[in-house]
Amino acid sequence: MGQQHDAYFVPAKSYWPFVAAVVMFTTVFGAAHWLNAEPGDAGFGKTVLLIGVIGVLGMFFGWFRSVINESLSGSYNHQVDVSFRMGMMWFIFSEVMFFGAFFGALFYIRMFSVPWLGGEGHGTLTHEFLWNNYAASWGANGGNGPEHAGGAFSTVPAWGLPLLNTLILLSSSVTVTIAHHALRAGHRGKILVFLGLTVLLGALFLNFQAHEYIEAYKELNLTLHSGVYGSTFFLLTGFHGLHVTLGTIMLAVIWFRVLKGHFNKDHHFGFEAVAWYWHFVDVVWLGLFMFVYIL
Amino acid sequence: MSHAATHDQHDDHHGAPKSFFQRWCMSTNHKDIGTLYLVFALVMFFIGGSFAMLIRAELFKPGLQLMQPYFFNQLTTMHALVMIFGAIMPAFVGLGNWMIPLMVGAPDMALPRMNNLSFWILPFAFTLMLSTLFMAGGGPAGGWTMYPPLSLQSDSLAYVVFAVHLMGISSIMGAINIIATILNMRAPGMELLKMPVFVWSWLITAFLLIAVMPVLAGAVTMLLTDKYFGTNFFNPGGGGDPVLYQHIFWFFGHPEVYIMILPAFGIISEIIPTFARKPIFGYKAMVFAIASIAFLSFIVWAHHMFAVGLPMGAEIFFMYATMLIAVPTGVKVFNWVSTMWGGSMTFETPMLFAIAFVILFTIGGFSGLMLALVPADFQYHDTYFVVAHFHYVLVTGALFAIIAATYYWLPKWSGRMYSEFWAKMHFWNSVIWVNVLFFPQHFLGLAGMPRRIPDYNVAFANFNMVSSIGGFLFGASQLIFLGVLIHGVWFSKKKATDRVWEGAKGLEWTVPSPAPHHTFEVPPVIHDDELAHGHVND
Repeated sequence: MGQQHDAYFVPAKSYWPFVAAVVMFTTVFGAAHWLNAEPGDAGFGKTVLLIGVIGVLGMFFGWFRSVINESLSGSYNHQVDVSFRMGMMWFIFSEVMFFGAFFGALFYIRMFSVPWLGGEGHGTLTHEFLWNNYAASWGANGGNGPEHAGGAFSTVPAWGLPLLNTLILLSSSVTVTIAHHALRAGHRGKILVFLGLTVLLGALFLNFQAHEYIEAYKELNLTLHSGVYGSTFFLLTGFHGLHVTLGTIMLAVIWFRVLKGHFNKDHHFGFEAVAWYWHFVDVVWLGLFMFVYIL
Repeated sequence: MSHAATHDQHDDHHGAPKSFFQRWCMSTNHKDIGTLYLVFALVMFFIGGSFAMLIRAELFKPGLQLMQPYFFNQLTTMHALVMIFGAIMPAFVGLGNWMIPLMVGAPDMALPRMNNLSFWILPFAFTLMLSTLFMAGGGPAGGWTMYPPLSLQSDSLAYVVFAVHLMGISSIMGAINIIATILNMRAPGMELLKMPVFVWSWLITAFLLIAVMPVLAGAVTMLLTDKYFGTNFFNPGGGGDPVLYQHIFWFFGHPEVYIMILPAFGIISEIIPTFARKPIFGYKAMVFAIASIAFLSFIVWAHHMFAVGLPMGAEIFFMYATMLIAVPTGVKVFNWVSTMWGGSMTFETPMLFAIAFVILFTIGGFSGLMLALVPADFQYHDTYFVVAHFHYVLVTGALFAIIAATYYWLPKWSGRMYSEFWAKMHFWNSVIWVNVLFFPQHFLGLAGMPRRIPDYNVAFANFNMVSSIGGFLFGASQLIFLGVLIHGVWFSKKKATDRVWEGAKGLEWTVPSPAPHHTFEVPPVIHDDELAHGHVND
């Protein structure tokens, strides 16, 4: 290509963005309708939501297929590659900020709102007049607030499944990096093995996470209703789990693309983007392990 | 190697496609998508404006006149949501879409299809949000800030939350696109510190957007789960705290305020040099001032919550941090005035709006300083003083800058000159009536009239009537704007030259008027003296 500024690339017209807007609207309209439906009357919202979700999946499939075809036909020059990289980087940054909101909430609740409800510093009067027998603490003894929202519960011990999940995710970060090095060295068999391993580790993580949720609901009575402990626990781990699910699907797609020979050692942005995403999911987990499970 | 392939992609190489759906719904053209954004913003401006007219009509006299209080609350809530997310932000994105590639010598935005998606999400998101007005139970009525527990009482919450999610996705993708365009698509020789201030202002704004829109998404998601899934984030009985919502919301909300004003700073920094026929005074200082304002915007959020019962240490920190913002903002106002100083000025409509911006935005800035003082704020909080303050910065600030930009660049977009006479009519009517509308609200607020109330003490009757009359006439003046736009786009006989304005500099003025469907397909050669700031070595 020589000079990257020879000519610019502007992609052809595409109906996928418009389709995307329509299916996203369908999804959230169905969801909102469902949430507000009277009991027993949720059919319409559910149906619309289902149509929307199928539409979103189809849209992703179609849009990515057209992009992959363009990429394979060699239309994308170095400049397009850089734009894609920037796009992915800043998308991940926005995801970091999204998790930041929930980590911030956890911090505020543990450092301020729960101690204040227990009569510390700022919340003396609330404590005195509303809940003067509430001894503020986190975890099973008070993490569900002065009114014991959701009833008595136990917490998930950090050193069981969560520790195992930490090891799984950390190993998966290693395997994906080995796969990346193999890709740059051009060893296709090695890529498939280690990338495949990464997908399996991701699936294993999700499997354990599902176990943990079932145990929390059935045996520990730790639910979404368990006061603010349950709220932060399930929203943080839940959104993380959602991201692991997405990441695992993306990794699996990349595995098939490697199998079809879509990547070479200089041209594999799709692989790198998913690897970045996977590392991001990993780092968020470390934060969760630290602040949700251990501390 | 890629030449042949590149040109294959240009199926519309020689101009816009004929099919309506192909041109507007499948577009990958920054100019068409920019136009879509601007038209959408204009429609939303009139919808939000009609809500404001109803509000002012209700407040024309004390006592309940026209509507039930609950509907009044829906109007104030929707007016804000529509104006902020539907009018001001999309208008800036539209201007950025149109002008950034032209200003940096790029053929288009970096990610054109995503650009199209960013736009098309918006009409759907607003359909979702506005449709709640027609549902049983009505639209959101707890204020645009959606504070719990009040906001949790409305059934429309799910619709509004999802609409906000969609708008957030749209804004984040738009911001990513702008960053990638500015950092990756500049013509060779267009160094960062040669870029027009408007481009700089959008670069910094885009960072703010990516940093805070996800936080808003998180905050409203917690509202959603608190209402529908039994979580307790904002319920003290479960260990939560409604004030937590305010912290998260304003961590988004204060940078959001600057998202709505920094591009306006950029616009004014383009217009004043053109009509003063001087380079901008202190170009680098202008850029660094924008960057410092953006940084400070992250550490001042709790000044929206002084009356909520924060610890004293927090009140003092947020008070001083807020007052610091006056320093870089002062630099900007000083530099705009210094740019005009000794210039050979002419007063076409964009310049009139720009000068009005400098003066009236400064008034809004000063009332902001007053609000920053904790002890004083205990008196002003939630009164009409706050309403007056943020309308001075948003109407005579952000909106006036958008109008100025529209007059400034419209000839480049349409190839025709708008009617200067009617544009000046629009200006003088706007600038007079907007002050009649909002200035008395300062007095009302200082006298203690609370905001978001459909009825009030008879003692406030006179100023409210004056304000309402100003409101109606300001609203009517915007119909002149609509007329000037329609005439200037389709009917004006006067053709615009390429340069349009005698003192205009920068790459956007080197392409023909109207700008062809595709520009800069081959990177332009940058001549420093062609750039508004290129030959300035300060």
